[in-house]
Amino acid sequence: MALDKYGIAKRIAQELRDGMYVNLGIGIPTLVSNFVPEGMTVIFQSENGILGMGPYPVEEEVDADLINAGKETVTLIKGAALFDSAESFGMIRAGKIDLTVLGAMEVSEHGDIANWKIPGKMVKGMGGAMDLVAGAKNIIVAMMHTNPKGESKLLPQCSLPLTGLGCVKKVVTELAVLAIKDGCFHLLERAPGVGVEEIVQKTAGKLIVPEFVPEMQIN
Amino acid sequence: MNKVFASADEAISDISSGATLMLGGFGLNGIPENAIAALVRKNIQQLTCISNNAGVDDFGLGLLLKTKQIKKMISSYVGENAEFERQLLSGELEVELIPQGTLATRIQMAGMGIPAFYTPAGYGTEIAVGKEIRDFNGKHYLMEHALHADFAIVKAWKGDTLGNLVFRKTTRNFSTSMAKAGTITIAEVEELVTPGEIDPDAVDVAGVYVHRIFEGKHYEKRIERRTVRLEK
Repeated sequence: MALDKYGIAKRIAQELRDGMYVNLGIGIPTLVSNFVPEGMTVIFQSENGILGMGPYPVEEEVDADLINAGKETVTLIKGAALFDSAESFGMIRAGKIDLTVLGAMEVSEHGDIANWKIPGKMVKGMGGAMDLVAGAKNIIVAMMHTNPKGESKLLPQCSLPLTGLGCVKKVVTELAVLAIKDGCFHLLERAPGVGVEEIVQKTAGKLIVPEFVPEMQIN
Repeated sequence: MNKVFASADEAISDISSGATLMLGGFGLNGIPENAIAALVRKNIQQLTCISNNAGVDDFGLGLLLKTKQIKKMISSYVGENAEFERQLLSGELEVELIPQGTLATRIQMAGMGIPAFYTPAGYGTEIAVGKEIRDFNGKHYLMEHALHADFAIVKAWKGDTLGNLVFRKTTRNFSTSMAKAGTITIAEVEELVTPGEIDPDAVDVAGVYVHRIFEGKHYEKRIERRTVRLEK
């Protein structure tokens, strides 16, 4: 069965390692922070100026001066640090952030990503996405395999305006985990009960399928 | 030396139509509420506003949009309000979108006396069109220029009469860099104190950058997305 958004977040959380500094985008990526494996210290960055972002506050802790990049009220963990936007993006560009997880409208077999603009529709802006994809050491995309029309979002070439070139290393969808390498998607895992044929049929870009494709281990 | 102004209206009194303004804040977090209200009252027109976002319909820069005082917005993420979208689609409002880190650094560089720099953000995208591209150590970068403004308007938590500023939590955002980038920098603070009351070790923005300071009134500090969890 295809994963729901929590399943996708749980699978991405398996990519976390102790000591990582991680930036999570808005939407499914934000959910990843709920599934940090026990005993692991992972520090979450928010690009508006937090290292050590904690969970949402309880009602009495709400502080209008403390929000995340999604403009939501948040808390700080013990040992958090605060800084300004210029420094925040400095640490992103300088490669201090180990992992960025973000959503996408399209990803190409070359690792290009499009996630900020649909020509002819209202353009809200790229926010920090272009800086993040150009700077983070590792970029994982969390998205649905197809768009609402049922068309593949894993393409030979992106058709929408790009956010970044050749930067995505891994994609986790409701159906599969795929690596991007040497101009191809490589099928690493399939969602529990999902057949390889469905993934092949819904992936428009070049896809390398090994003889044995393990199921994701999600609990 | 006297940097202290009695009110927002006095501190902004010489800003005229057509000026380029930087306004601190991220969403509604740490915005100069009193100065924005004074700009609305002064009703100057044709402003170019450099700010990461454009406020919401009835707060922040949304107030200046509603009165059609803004000619152009320079931002990284906009469109949290319907009036903004309407003016953009009807061609009344110009918008220049800049990657957030590039925007922050362009402002920061203006405060550091560096005219241009190279960044990897936006390489291979439409942002790169017309820009100088250079390779350093095998990676591609775009040249971006420092971004200046006639007036930078920021809001800090505390400030002293010499213009030293201290910020709380995530309200530093674009404000600390903007404070250093304005030809004239106007700071509003929740609490204005005398020199010596701020620990020099705690100063976020040194007084040299700040030309005018006033104590703001009645901070609403509106929250854009109040997210809470139920239990500790």
